[in-house]
Amino acid sequence: MPSFDNIVIWTGFALFVLMIPALWRVIKGPTAIDRIVAVNVIGTKTAVLLVVIGQKFQKVEMFVDFALAYALLNFIGSLAASRFLQKSPCERQESKGAATES
Amino acid sequence: MIQETIITIISTLLILCGLIFFLGAAVGLLRFPDFYTRMHAAGKGDTLSSFLVVLGFAVYQLHDFKFTEAGFKENWWVLLLILKLIGICAFIMITSPTSTHALMNAGWEDDIEPELKHKDANELEKDYPRK
Repeated sequence: MPSFDNIVIWTGFALFVLMIPALWRVIKGPTAIDRIVAVNVIGTKTAVLLVVIGQKFQKVEMFVDFALAYALLNFIGSLAASRFLQKSPCERQESKGAATES
Repeated sequence: MIQETIITIISTLLILCGLIFFLGAAVGLLRFPDFYTRMHAAGKGDTLSSFLVVLGFAVYQLHDFKFTEAGFKENWWVLLLILKLIGICAFIMITSPTSTHALMNAGWEDDIEPELKHKDANELEKDYPRK
């Protein structure tokens, strides 16, 4: 039976490997919001990875705070990005008007 | 000793379940055809898997905790640590669906067309008007 220390290391490694498809989506993604979603996924994985690192160094009580702060920043970041990309109603009216004129 | 074995097995199972859901989220993000389906995979898979992995580590903190009065007096901070880890779980469970909803809304109002088999996108717009 493997010790829990090995399990922690392999969990961290698996999390790191699973970030690669999300990174591929960031590079390739056809729309801007696709990229933001992938960055959001990577951010959530990083918050979990911080807990894993804390368990490896036997200092979970310190790394828990980092993970919480990172999750909060990730949430604020994705909300700000979605607000930034959302068209306002008057902007939409303008684009509709331009489409009908041309 | 027996307590440590049981706790290790439970937390390992939780972590493995979480990693399987992470794998599903990653495959879905890579392979689904359009924006909305990718959002579906990323939003759901990520929420549940982060929850499970962090919960597994929260359970593991109990591995050398003694359930006696002396144990509580010596190691009360472990319970505080578990409370914080569960706090991270609750935070992720609340914020991840919220940000998914906000991004989906932004995508819909940003004129990203879904891939539809039977319905027309204009017909869908009647039910869910873009502001």
